Amino acid sequence: MAAPVLQIRDLRVEFRQKKDWREVVHGVSLDVGRGEVLALVGESGSGKSTIAMSIPGLLPRNGRNSGSIQLDGQELIGASPGTLRKIRGRQVAVIFQEPMRALNPVYTIGWQIREMLQAHQELSKEQARERAVELLKLVDIPEPERRVDSYPHQLSGGQRQRAMIAQALALDPQVLIADEPTTALDVTVQGEILELLHDLKGRIDASILLITHDMGVVADLADRIVVLKDGAIVEQGDAHQIFYDPQQPYTQSLLKAVLSLSLEPVAAELPAPEPAETPAFDLDHGVIEYPGGRGRKPFRAIDDVTLRLDAGQVMGLVGESGSGKSTIGRAAVGLLPLASGALRINGLDLVTADAGQLREARRQVAMVFQDAGASVNPRWPIGQAIAEPLQLHTDLDAAARDARVTELLDRVQLSRNLRNRFPHQLSGGQRQRVGIARALALQPSLLIVDEPTSALDVSVQEKVLELFAELQEEFGFACLFITHDLAVVEHVADRIAVLRHGKLVETGTTAEVLMSPQDSYTRRLIAAVPVPDPREQAQRRRQRRELLGEAS
Amino acid sequence: MIRYIGRRLLMALPVLLGTSFLIFAMVYALPGDPIRALAGDQPLPPEVIAQLRAEHNLDDPLLLQYLKYLAQLFQGNLGTDFAGNPVSETIALRLPITARLAIVAIIFEIIFGITAGVLCALYKNSWFDNLVLVSTTMVVSVPVFVLAFLAQWLLGFQLGWFPVAGIANGWFSLILPGLVLAALSMAYVARLTRTSMAETLGADHVRTARSKGISELRVVTRHGLRNALIPVVTFIGADLGAMMGGAIVTESVFNIPGIGRAVFDAVRNQEGPVVVGIVTMMVFFFIFFNLVVDVLYGVLDPRIRYE
Amino acid sequence: MSDELPTPTGVRPGGPDSGAEHELLDLVEENIEQATLWGEAWKTLRRNPMFLIGGVIAVLMTLIAVFPSLFAGGVDPRDCDLTDARQWPSAAHWFGTDLQGCDYYANVIHGARISLSIGLLSVVGTMVLAVILGTLAGYFGGLTDSLLSRFTDIFYGVPLLLGAMILLTVTEERSVFTVSLALSIFGWMTAMRLVRSSVITVKNADFVAAAQALAATTRQILTRHIMPNAISPVVSFMTIAMGGFIASEATLTFLGIGLQAPEISWGLQINVGQSRFSSAPYLVFFPALFLSLTVMAFMLMGDALRDALDPDRN
Repeated sequence: MAAPVLQIRDLRVEFRQKKDWREVVHGVSLDVGRGEVLALVGESGSGKSTIAMSIPGLLPRNGRNSGSIQLDGQELIGASPGTLRKIRGRQVAVIFQEPMRALNPVYTIGWQIREMLQAHQELSKEQARERAVELLKLVDIPEPERRVDSYPHQLSGGQRQRAMIAQALALDPQVLIADEPTTALDVTVQGEILELLHDLKGRIDASILLITHDMGVVADLADRIVVLKDGAIVEQGDAHQIFYDPQQPYTQSLLKAVLSLSLEPVAAELPAPEPAETPAFDLDHGVIEYPGGRGRKPFRAIDDVTLRLDAGQVMGLVGESGSGKSTIGRAAVGLLPLASGALRINGLDLVTADAGQLREARRQVAMVFQDAGASVNPRWPIGQAIAEPLQLHTDLDAAARDARVTELLDRVQLSRNLRNRFPHQLSGGQRQRVGIARALALQPSLLIVDEPTSALDVSVQEKVLELFAELQEEFGFACLFITHDLAVVEHVADRIAVLRHGKLVETGTTAEVLMSPQDSYTRRLIAAVPVPDPREQAQRRRQRRELLGEAS
Repeated sequence: MIRYIGRRLLMALPVLLGTSFLIFAMVYALPGDPIRALAGDQPLPPEVIAQLRAEHNLDDPLLLQYLKYLAQLFQGNLGTDFAGNPVSETIALRLPITARLAIVAIIFEIIFGITAGVLCALYKNSWFDNLVLVSTTMVVSVPVFVLAFLAQWLLGFQLGWFPVAGIANGWFSLILPGLVLAALSMAYVARLTRTSMAETLGADHVRTARSKGISELRVVTRHGLRNALIPVVTFIGADLGAMMGGAIVTESVFNIPGIGRAVFDAVRNQEGPVVVGIVTMMVFFFIFFNLVVDVLYGVLDPRIRYE
Repeated sequence: MSDELPTPTGVRPGGPDSGAEHELLDLVEENIEQATLWGEAWKTLRRNPMFLIGGVIAVLMTLIAVFPSLFAGGVDPRDCDLTDARQWPSAAHWFGTDLQGCDYYANVIHGARISLSIGLLSVVGTMVLAVILGTLAGYFGGLTDSLLSRFTDIFYGVPLLLGAMILLTVTEERSVFTVSLALSIFGWMTAMRLVRSSVITVKNADFVAAAQALAATTRQILTRHIMPNAISPVVSFMTIAMGGFIASEATLTFLGIGLQAPEISWGLQINVGQSRFSSAPYLVFFPALFLSLTVMAFMLMGDALRDALDPDRN
């Protein structure tokens, strides 16, 4: 291998908290070769972003680092601000996550790209603008001449990320740091951005330092992988070695915890259950609208959707943002009214039911929210939060409620001592367990689960999903499982419904939908999911290109 | 944008009417007797009282009185004070003085408030930051009239730097009252700028700007200050609208014959038409400047402009 | 106007009032669930020198207001001897004597009660109006919100001092109660907007949706979920507002429109003293000092309280 473009030796990063310095990166050494994609992988708190931000000297003010970072032989640690400034943008450029926040909202994207160019090159305004248009073309933004004058909020999420990438590429940097470049994006958009990065990899000379928690993204792009845990390197090696022959137990468990879309036929297809007389959830030509502002038309979030969920079944409700999947969930618990159609819970139509019947129906349905921390009153200890449904819907006295809360805490494997804690004192996984315990308090026959694991690290996600599967089996509730993550759905759902722009695209058993999708959108959705397996991902990439070729 | 302004204007109209009615109702409908107040201590003959009541429509129901007043108002007639001078004349005479005072005050707010706030945000927890924190706390704690009094005594009488009262020296006479009028808002502007600037400097897009290798000065001004000033500018705009109300105390202490002084005197003499006329005009300006602020907001923030 | 304005009006910087502090302590004892949350804020506050300074002054002023004769050393502020008029501060008369020869120290001490009573009454009045109207507007939204917000705008157009001035002039009755009433009537609008936006934020939180999904009644949702969570920004604001009201009362009185003799009030003392300022500056100095310290105490506490209750802090 030729001399690495970037050489990091014994990098230590500390942050000051009050008066103490706390070390969060403990002597990391790694090389980035010319033109290679090196992925830094790890769960939250592993220090992956901190390491990357040390390179261009962009640590927060309360941070400091020591050790050595050499870019093409030039030492960056301890370099003067002026030196670092010349390196930033020109030699080391950064693609940040969440371009909505990473781009300045008050300037056009053209202005922002121009600023980058003019900081390092003598260019007239016109020349810089021309170059900006070229760059936007490079990242496949449609109508670049027009888009160059758009403000960030006028672009879609994918276009914003493309603009961000264009800006980073403006000066042909030697090292491109991509910090979770696809995390905030929808699956199909993520697919497109990955495709772009993959494509760019061949067209530009830059080495890419990829920071991500998504093993699918890693499998798609990385040449080499560095696995981090708690600020230290656990293991590093080339992508195939890490994926197919991980040496360290931590790497093995990390990979095992990642759910992947296996798309393997289920060994023995279960016989389709006899349709029960009354489905647990039955949406019949449902239309749900959000009122528009003055004079504007109401926004139709759900448009003529018919869905049926039998008792004891788990249905995955899949779609991207704006598909209306959460809207259906909210309507099922009575938070949104139907504009037309019928919504029956255990045979009772919520549209025509009287107040008393509705109250009874609400007992039968419970919801687990995406952000479990936000779904319980921050001023209540979790014991009280879990007891709230009991208080509202049963005649149990305080002692009986307490006993029931204890029982529920046990069921979701939370320590009984936690009952007096406040939500903000719990970890993400614990909070999600609280959300589940609370939802199960009244033993509902239908559970609505909205993206319960999307904010969690993979190892925590694995445990929460395991718990969910166990409880579902034990209590036998029907469940609408709302998620954007096809891999999660494949693991928990009996049936899948795919939504797009408020319309039902496709529905069927999990195997049917994932193995032989009928609709082209479903096919694209499935193809866009990167799987944490480099070989298979490479193959899927080829298939995806064919699929898109078909479409165009 | 035009529609946005139009909608704002449409919303402003009922508020303007509502506020002027509120003032009108307070002045004419509450237990006090405007005629008796007019007479002072001397009892008036009943026929004179009756004539005065008729003249001011005081025997009509309140709403009718108000409508008659409005009708007059639309003809440009704001009524007359007890001495028989048209209220509009008083306003025309007094308003320019207060306007000049307000301009002086706004300049102080902008120069000192924003500068102090920016420096505080850049050098957080430094001695300067603490100094500003302490001094702004003191400024907001000392009531304006005490502050006015102090400034008058110290800078006027003791040091003799500025004239202490009146407007004989043109703009120069307005420096001291302008400073006092601005003091409170200056403290808020400093704090608001500090908070807003600190928040902006911590934003993701500022980190992006740094990652581009542009100079620190440019990061702070074009990315930090440009975004951080949005709430500050709107605050100052709204404050300009509220300044006439704030001028009451300052103009009284410094004996400046502006609109604040005029309304104060009118209230004390219970000259109903003058009070209602001037306050209605104040509210008009208040609403007008808030409208300007809304538009300004749109100009400064493209996310609102292209709503 | 423009309720979307980035609180231009607003937020006077400052600290908690004695009322809020007592309330805070009560909460700690009565409500276990709130104990921890307020307890956490308390932990932060305890270490904040600004809060401590403000707190000590506020407590002291409150004590003075409640037991003035104790602090005045039994001297009757109205027991005057004209032959002693206008004496400079001395061992016999710490703050000197006023134009009628009354002991000025006793007078200044006795002035605390009026200021604090009016501050407290105005805050209570404002709070009642703001919480009721703000909660209704924020929670129900739609037409209710539009109407209540326009109603607020109407009052918002009248400057506090001017409105109170007119009201007090036409009613011709100047008591602690009427002054507080006038200040409340023209001082509640910013607090109402604060409550409204605070309620809207909380209303959209998932835990409220969760309670709605459980078919909790509107009253249960408002009292158990929304109000307790929406109240913290209001508490710090009202603490600051307490300082503002005290200053406003003094200003009105100073202008000759608030309280009148024989009431004992700092504003009145400053008003009388100003004409003799060059010969007897202490006549203005002492009441102005007490007034400013009191206002500052609440501003400091409100400021500290706001920082401590800031949800972003966690």
